[in-house]
Amino acid sequence: MKTPLLELTNITKKYPGVIANEDISLTVNKGEIVALLGENGAGKSTLVKAVFGLVRPDSGEIRINGHLIAPGDTAGAIAHGVGMVHQHFQLVPVMSVTDNIILGDEPTRGLFINKRAARAEVLALSEKYGLQVDPDAIVENLPVGMQQRIEILKALRKDVDLLILDEPTAVLTPQEIDELLNVIRNLAKSGVGVLFISHKLREVIAVADRIVVLRNGKAVGITTPKESDEEGLAHLMVGRDVVLQVEKGEAKAKEVVLSIRNLHVNDDRKLTAVTGFDLDVHAGEILGIAGVEGNGQRELVEAICGMRPRIKGSVLVSGVETPDMHPRRVHAMGISHIPEDREKHGLVASYSIEDNLVLNQFDQPPFAKGWIRNAYALESNANTLVKEFDIRTPSIKTTAGALSGGNKQKVVVARELSQKTKVVVAAQPTRGVDVGSIEFIHNQLVAARDNGAAVLLVSAELDEVLSLSDRIAVMFGGKIVAFLDGKDADRAKIGRLMAGLSE
Amino acid sequence: MIKKYLGSRWSPFVATFSVILFFYLKDALATTSVVATSITFGLPLAMAAMVGIMCERTGIVNIGIEGTLLVSSFIGFFVASVSGNLLVGLFAAVCMGAVSGLLLALLSVTWKMDQIIAGTIINILATGLTSFFYKQGHTLPSTFPEIDIPGLSAIPFFGPVLFMHGPLTFLGFFLILVLWVALYFTPWGLRSRSVGEHPGSADTAGVSVVRMRYLNVTIAGAFGGLTGAYLTLELVGSWDRGFSAGRGFTALALMIFGRWNPLGALAAALFFGVAQAITNQLMITEVVTIPLQFTNMLPYVLTILILAISAGKVRAPAAEGQPYEKESA
Repeated sequence: MKTPLLELTNITKKYPGVIANEDISLTVNKGEIVALLGENGAGKSTLVKAVFGLVRPDSGEIRINGHLIAPGDTAGAIAHGVGMVHQHFQLVPVMSVTDNIILGDEPTRGLFINKRAARAEVLALSEKYGLQVDPDAIVENLPVGMQQRIEILKALRKDVDLLILDEPTAVLTPQEIDELLNVIRNLAKSGVGVLFISHKLREVIAVADRIVVLRNGKAVGITTPKESDEEGLAHLMVGRDVVLQVEKGEAKAKEVVLSIRNLHVNDDRKLTAVTGFDLDVHAGEILGIAGVEGNGQRELVEAICGMRPRIKGSVLVSGVETPDMHPRRVHAMGISHIPEDREKHGLVASYSIEDNLVLNQFDQPPFAKGWIRNAYALESNANTLVKEFDIRTPSIKTTAGALSGGNKQKVVVARELSQKTKVVVAAQPTRGVDVGSIEFIHNQLVAARDNGAAVLLVSAELDEVLSLSDRIAVMFGGKIVAFLDGKDADRAKIGRLMAGLSE
Repeated sequence: MIKKYLGSRWSPFVATFSVILFFYLKDALATTSVVATSITFGLPLAMAAMVGIMCERTGIVNIGIEGTLLVSSFIGFFVASVSGNLLVGLFAAVCMGAVSGLLLALLSVTWKMDQIIAGTIINILATGLTSFFYKQGHTLPSTFPEIDIPGLSAIPFFGPVLFMHGPLTFLGFFLILVLWVALYFTPWGLRSRSVGEHPGSADTAGVSVVRMRYLNVTIAGAFGGLTGAYLTLELVGSWDRGFSAGRGFTALALMIFGRWNPLGALAAALFFGVAQAITNQLMITEVVTIPLQFTNMLPYVLTILILAISAGKVRAPAAEGQPYEKESA
């Protein structure tokens, strides 16, 4: 029997209070594409980092081409032909593409870097794998898809036998994802073994030869795309049946509640991020904004909610103008906000769950009488919401910081949706949340719609926008480039619009 | 190509040269002496700025330069005085500087202490120790003698300005050039800068962030030791409490003004030196009479001005001041 390219035997890694990997064994052969599928926190990243020596497993063996690799030995893994493309790009933004690719193993002439040879090498590499890059461009000026290409080239430069990709598609447009999947297929054809991580069922089924499903640190199933389908994989990932398609009735859109008129907003660098925006959201509908991140969605949401100054234009709720830069009064006028970054804007990590559930109404009856807070009302409110929103916590006195990502998000959703609001602004409502909680949060958003709220959904996950929205607006470069009907929206067409192409 | 690495800091050069030319035409002798003096004033600042550049390019903020200068000049002076040998004193000063660098690395890299506090510790330690062990009455056998490079030193103006200096001055200029070349044209430089900008990318490329930071901060410390030795063994010839006189802090401002580029910082330091030399000349010749307190203020006022001018226009190494943590989980 021939030796597999990568052989993991009984890998176990424990962190205080958590078992990240438990007794995981798997193999990758030459030319094979193996997908590691699992929810956030299932231990996928830990496992591949162990292979690359960035994490030191407590026990178990890692063999590459039959060679035993010592735990935590990054240099050894590289020497035996392992390359890794990290989830967060490991590129120096202010340096050129060439400098980034040669870093750590620079071609030299005497004491100096041979810049000409380096440039030639990058061009040859780019030619060989069909990945076009400009060797002299500065990395921070390049789009994300291009940066990922550089990451892949960087990995391939070291004559890799095994390429590890950690959530490579998380930041890409659908077109860029298709390109990447083609690159992966071509690499496998040329004999490279590919181990890639994803929690997106669609792409796993599209590209993998073998699928390993992780749940709570254990390998719970090994299957192939032929033997499996999206429902079956989701079941394996979560451990129970999951309804992937959001079940929702026909929208009964009524009058316009939220209207945005000629809104201009700047980003943190004082550059224009939202340019002349007009948008109407009706009561009883979900309007989804699709777009690659960084096209002004964040600035739009923050300007609506009063967290970022509006340079020009206005935001109206039922025809009344909302104040600029006053989140509290904006909220009082009926805009609920599920913020993109729950750790930063959604919760106070060191406060208890019951306090977090009343962050925006702690001083109003029944939670306070004049200056005095009402402990009884706080507790009963918390107990009701914890049950109603299925927040899994040992107690309502537990600090919010101690909860898992999904449960933190449920606290935010519970607070924002339990109050009677006219408008719900939900930014990336299911980011970093497990599949089970995603299903729940989606149902809550649909319920808010059915209760007559106008829901503005902003998400970088196209699938989320497609499954929830009654109407879809595609945002690119700070503008809405198209409105589509939610029912018959074409995935490929939206993808092109998101990339800034017309149709 | 070359222009890019100069950091487009030509304006101080142009300003300086036109001023020099103007005065040279009026009074050749005095101008020559002023410019020669300005090199004497500027060089130690430039060298101290190199200490900051080497550290900050790898992501370590070093506000302990002042302490390094103080303690290494102290050791250099007393070892030279007791042993009667300047070279032994020089060696001791460089070693002392390296030790102070090593201490900063230990505090900020290994123990991940806040780097501002770590630097302050070095400054306080240096002031305390040198004041405590200071004894009056020591003298040096001599200072490093001036070397007049045959032939070249006879050229009018450029001779005295460029080719009649002590050995440590020549060494200092040479090492600044070496540092510039090393930073932009060698693997060491590329790795150093990547560690200071984005340590994660260096780490995943197999470059040890910890080793790189230890190495550079220690070398920088040794360079600070050389600067201290230059001050006491070549420039001044004595040592007193508070000897470094704020040069370590001024150097940090010059480093920022020079955009963390060795040549940029050198130009800024020379510009600074010229300003100081002119003031001195005006005082000596009694062309103007300014109270001493104001002339003594000059370095600090200029430092504030420089920082105010460059604020918001320059971009520091991105990972500056942050201890590197390998990703967990």
